[in-house]
Amino acid sequence: MYKILFKQTLLPKIHLMRIEAPKVAAKAQAGQFVVIRIDERGERIPLTIADWDNKEGSITIIFMEVGASTARLAALNEGDSIMNFVGPLGLPTEIEKFGTVICVGGGVGIAPVFPIARALREAGNRVIAIIGARSKDLLFWEDMMRTVSDELIVTTDDGTYARKGVVTIPLKELLERGEKIDRVIAIGPAVMMKFCSRTTQPFGVKTMVSLNSIMVDGTGMCGACRVAVGGVTKFACVDGPDFDGHEVDWDLLAARQRMYIEEEKMSFERWLAKHAVTA
Amino acid sequence: MPKLNLNREEMPRQDPKARGKNFSEVALGYSFEQALGEASRCIQCPKPLCMTGCPVSVTIPEFIRALREGDMPAAAKALKMKNALPAICGRVCPQETQCEQVCVLAKRGAPVAIGRLERFVADWERRQQEAASAVLPEPTGKKVALVGSGPAGLTCAADLAKAGHSVTIYEALHVAGGVLMYGIPEFRLPKEIVQADINYVMSLGVKIELDSVVGKLFTVDDLLKDGYDAVFLGTGAGLPMFLNIPGENLNGVYAANEFLTRVNLMKAYRFPEYDTPVKVGKKVAVVGAGNVAMDAARSALRLGAEVVYVIYRRSRAEMPARHEEVENAEEEGIEFRLLTNPKRFLGNEHGSLVGVECYEMELGEPDESGRRRPSVKPNSEFTIDVDVAIIALGTTPNPLVAQTTIGLDTTRHGTVVADETTGRTVKPGVWAGGDTVTGAATVISAMGAGRRAAADIDRFLREK
Repeated sequence: MYKILFKQTLLPKIHLMRIEAPKVAAKAQAGQFVVIRIDERGERIPLTIADWDNKEGSITIIFMEVGASTARLAALNEGDSIMNFVGPLGLPTEIEKFGTVICVGGGVGIAPVFPIARALREAGNRVIAIIGARSKDLLFWEDMMRTVSDELIVTTDDGTYARKGVVTIPLKELLERGEKIDRVIAIGPAVMMKFCSRTTQPFGVKTMVSLNSIMVDGTGMCGACRVAVGGVTKFACVDGPDFDGHEVDWDLLAARQRMYIEEEKMSFERWLAKHAVTA
Repeated sequence: MPKLNLNREEMPRQDPKARGKNFSEVALGYSFEQALGEASRCIQCPKPLCMTGCPVSVTIPEFIRALREGDMPAAAKALKMKNALPAICGRVCPQETQCEQVCVLAKRGAPVAIGRLERFVADWERRQQEAASAVLPEPTGKKVALVGSGPAGLTCAADLAKAGHSVTIYEALHVAGGVLMYGIPEFRLPKEIVQADINYVMSLGVKIELDSVVGKLFTVDDLLKDGYDAVFLGTGAGLPMFLNIPGENLNGVYAANEFLTRVNLMKAYRFPEYDTPVKVGKKVAVVGAGNVAMDAARSALRLGAEVVYVIYRRSRAEMPARHEEVENAEEEGIEFRLLTNPKRFLGNEHGSLVGVECYEMELGEPDESGRRRPSVKPNSEFTIDVDVAIIALGTTPNPLVAQTTIGLDTTRHGTVVADETTGRTVKPGVWAGGDTVTGAATVISAMGAGRRAAADIDRFLREK
C-alpha cells in the first residue's frame, strides 16, 4: 500500500497528491510516469510525474477528475492509501544544454512540464515557458513555473485570465521574434501538442511531445499504447512517452484515445449516480 | 500379472454449451474412484520412462503408487518433492509430448493419464491445507534476488528456499504469478489454484516484492551491489509480436497479451464492477493457432461474442496448440479458418475495425521448422467482417532488463544467452531461465530451467 502524504485541491476538479514511494522517488527523472491502481477493482492508470521529493520519499502527481477512476482517486484523502504504485516508467526526457528552449504546458500538462523546465534550466538552458488552459479555473502552478523559467507567458482560451487565446499564438510569436530557438517541449491534450508541432514545423525547430496513450501494464507487455511515429509503430510506455512531434500520427493517437469512450462514460455516470445518493 | 488396461479414465468436463458462457474451469477433475481406477493402470515400470519425459523429473511412479495405495499424504509429498506447482502443471503441462508420450502403455493404447492424476493429488493436498508444514533447513546467510514471479522464478525460488537461502522475488505487476495470472484464463487455470501454489512458495520463506520493475526501479547491477549473492532472471517473453500489416493499429485490434491481461488480470469480464473495460465485439477474429490463440478465442466467446474465428495460415496438422485445447475450442463453437492469412485490417471513419481482408494460402515444401511452408494463392483475397481482432502470433522477451544490465549477452531475437544445463549467463553472479532464454515456450520447460538454475546457484553459493 502506498500512503497519500499530502493532498491539495488546486482547482475544483484538479488535485495534487504526494504519495509515499521512496524507491520510486530515488530514481525518478523528468518526463517519466507512474502507473497507479487505487484498489482491488481499480484499473491501472498512467500519470506523468509532476515532481518528487527524495527526503520525504514521495512522488507528486496532479490529475483532473475526468472519469470514474480519477473521481475515485479524488475522493481519497491524506492518510488514505492506494493499492499499487509502479514507476518510474518510460524513458526520461532528453536533457542537454540545447540553448534556448520553449516549454509549453496545456491544462493538466503543465504538471509534467514543470520538472522538465527545471531540469533544462539546471542544465544551463534559457527556458521560455508558455502555460495555458481553457479558462482561469483550469490554470494552476503559474507561480511554480515562474521559478523555473526565464520568461513566462500565460494564456486562457476564453480570456478569463492573462492573455486570451491558445498557446500556439505566443509560440508562433516567439519563433518569429527572431531569436534562435533550439528546442520546443509541448505537453498537454493531443490536439494542443498536434498544433504546437504544426506551429514549429515551418521553423524547423525540433519539438518533443509526451504521448498520453491508453496503457495497461506500462512496461511493454500489452501493446495498448501503440502509436505511429515516422510511419513506424512504437509503444509509448517503453519507447516514449517522448517523441518527435513532427513525426507523430496525431489522428491515430486521437482515435486510439477514444477507444473506450462509451465505457468510460458509462462507468463515470454509474459512479456519479452512486455518489449523488450518498452526498 | 494383471491384464493391461489400455483405456484411460475420461476426464469429466463442463458441457460445451454451458461452459461457452462462463469462466468456470472446463475440466472438472477426477473423483477419488476415477483417480484410483486410472492409477491402477500404471504398471510401475522398474525403469520408468515417464520420469525421463518430465522436465522437472517428478518421481511419477512413486506418487502414483502411493495414490493407488490410498496414501494421499505420501502421494502429495512425492509429487511436491520435485514440483512446487503441481496443481498448475496438472492443468497446463503438455503431457502428451512429455511424460505421457513415453509411457510404455502409449505404445499399446492410451498412456496413463499422469497429468490428471497429478492434478487430483495436488487438489487433494490443497484442500487439506497441510502445505505450509514444510520443514526449512538452517539459513545459509546467502541472499538471492529473482526477477519475475512466473513459473521459472517460482520454481527457482522454492528450490533455493528449501536449500536454506534467503530469496526475494521482484515482480513488475501488481500480483505474482506472471503468465499464470495475466495470460492463462480462469477456465483453464483457476487463479485460486495459482494463488495456492504461490502461497506454498511463500510459506517456504520466499519474499515477493510487487510493483517492482527491474530495469527502472533498480538494475540487476544495483541488486548485486546491494548485497545479493546471485540474481536469477525469469522475466519471460512478454513482448507481443504483430503482423506488421496495414490497419493493425485500428481500434479493436488487440495483441493477445492485452486482451488476456484485461480479462484475466484486470477482470474486465466484470466491468463495470471492475474499472477496466475490454471490447469484445460481435464478431471476433483471432490470428494464430497456438495455446494463447485458443485461450483468446475461448475467452472472447465467453465474453459474449456471437462468432469467433481462428485464422491460421497453415493447416490443422501444423497448429501449435495442444490437441485438447483445439478440441475444446471446436466443441464450444469456435470456427477455424485454416490456410488463411490476413492481408490488411479494414476500418471505418472513426478508426474502428470493421473487417479483415485475407489471402487463401497453400502449403509447399517443409521449411526450417519442419512444417510445410505456406504461400499466398494469387488473387484469392476475400474479406471477413469482424469488429475485434486479436493477434496471437507469439511473444519475445521484454528487453527492459537485458538493456539495463551491463555485460549480459543477448541474441538477435532478444533472448538472454544462458547455459542450458546451469542457466549461467556470461555475467558473473547472474543466471537466467525460462522464456527469456528460450523464447515463448511452456510453463513446465520454464520450471525445469528454474530448477536447474537453482541447483547451480546453490552449488555456487556453497562454494563461495
